[in-house]
Amino acid sequence: MRTRLQNWTLLVSSAALLAFPSTSWAQLTTFDIGTRIGAESHVGNITGHAKDASLPYRRYCVGCHGPLGDGNGENAPYMQPPMYQQPRDFQLGIFKCRSTPTGTLPTDQDLFDAITRGFDRSNMPQWNTLSKQERADLVAWVKHFSPRWANEKPGTPIQIPPEPEVTAERIKAGRDVFARVQCWKCHGVQGMANGPSASTLQDDLGRPIAAFNFTDGTRPKCGDTDQDIYRIFMTGLDGTPMPSFADNIKPDEAWDLVFYLRTFMAQKSKEKEMAKQLALKPVDPNAPVGQQ
Amino acid sequence: MRTRHNLAVVLSAVVLVCCAALILSQGVNAAGEGKITGTVKLDGAAPHMKGIDMSKDPYCSKAHATDPAHLETYVTGASGGLENVVLYISDWSGSAQVSTAVLEFNQKNCMYTPHVLAMDVGETFKVETSDQTAHNIHPNPNPMTGNIPWNQSQPPGAPPVEKSWKAPEFIEVKCNIHPWMHGWFAVVKGPYATTDENGDYTINNVPSGNYTVTAWQEAAGTQNQKVTVAAGGSAKADFTFKAK
Repeated sequence: MRTRLQNWTLLVSSAALLAFPSTSWAQLTTFDIGTRIGAESHVGNITGHAKDASLPYRRYCVGCHGPLGDGNGENAPYMQPPMYQQPRDFQLGIFKCRSTPTGTLPTDQDLFDAITRGFDRSNMPQWNTLSKQERADLVAWVKHFSPRWANEKPGTPIQIPPEPEVTAERIKAGRDVFARVQCWKCHGVQGMANGPSASTLQDDLGRPIAAFNFTDGTRPKCGDTDQDIYRIFMTGLDGTPMPSFADNIKPDEAWDLVFYLRTFMAQKSKEKEMAKQLALKPVDPNAPVGQQ
Repeated sequence: MRTRHNLAVVLSAVVLVCCAALILSQGVNAAGEGKITGTVKLDGAAPHMKGIDMSKDPYCSKAHATDPAHLETYVTGASGGLENVVLYISDWSGSAQVSTAVLEFNQKNCMYTPHVLAMDVGETFKVETSDQTAHNIHPNPNPMTGNIPWNQSQPPGAPPVEKSWKAPEFIEVKCNIHPWMHGWFAVVKGPYATTDENGDYTINNVPSGNYTVTAWQEAAGTQNQKVTVAAGGSAKADFTFKAK
């Protein structure tokens, strides 16, 4: 028969186990995360509160992103890269879809848009069925997982000049940019994700990842408006092989490139029609630099 | 809030005790700076370094047509000297070293030169490209340390990228376009040195005192040695690594 003392020891030791779960050094505990429960988000005129998102997170998100936000939810093992990228690890605070420069935190609006839009070719659906307030609360909840939000401010969003009119000259100029910065190294000369480096691409955690195939009718992960495409190559997709081209493509040239990329896409577009009339040939990967 | 205050109190107490201990035991003297020198060797035969197949990018394979490229995990000199070992003072408590020259990390013939770039916390370095093929420069630190990963393209003729790191860490740097390209940013606190092709090194600007010199090799790990530097004097610390 158990003595009272034994009962006490059992109680104390199990309480200690609960309070200090053994995790690896890089993993935060619920205790660490709990101290940031006051996190807020500001999207338009809505203020999101992390503490209000606890229940919606458990209901909608925890299955993939896990209770600690580290992307190790119970469904995660069934998502196999490169077909399906694994759920985001919110503790690292590294996000693909940002309006801010590479190496900086995204804005609250960026995270809100990501939740709203979902990610094509992934298991992350659109959450536009949730109210704006719920989504803003979830943004605050996502932020409360990473210590980065306590120590850093989001980057300054890049400036996107107004979109110019599409012209044949601009599409041709876009082809020159495509050749100069060598997008084809991964995306292929026809945007079919079959460039010479496509097969060896890995994300920051060493998992295989595919370059975007412009031709298969799917949408870019970070949105498919012209502004979204502009933003994707000017900010880079952090955590993936896609770098930022902000230092190497001028804002005006960036619009040219957006128009040229549109010519690859399966969807009907003005750019596609124009390229057909111009009889544009794919760039020659073997041409010397600057001689396309 | 309560826990944060408690943590701050404990931390400041720890810092105070450490400072006191350092001042009492070392008596660090800013005047008359000395140096630490030595040689790092590899015990036994150097492991075979695999050749690199660069045929994916004709520019790269052409650049190495007569001089095939190899992995640079262990680079040894004629006398067994081990190159690319970073030497630093792991118990350094002084301020950051002010350096005048901007460090350079170049992408040349689809390899990194140097393979290992050592630097102080907060020290500016410049990433350049000499190649007529596009690279992306993609360091991959652990964001939990305070160093944030970034990823920038450098097509032919691209301007240099200037950066620095916030916290000590050995950061791997890669190019996703050329998956064989692999280098290191060795970010340390205080004075440092990197071994040359003979395995020799000199850490300059070391005030007199007792120190722990640490040698870091990317595959073989770290080794420590205690040294005493007299004012204006020179201490010696040789290391021998075994290939893993």
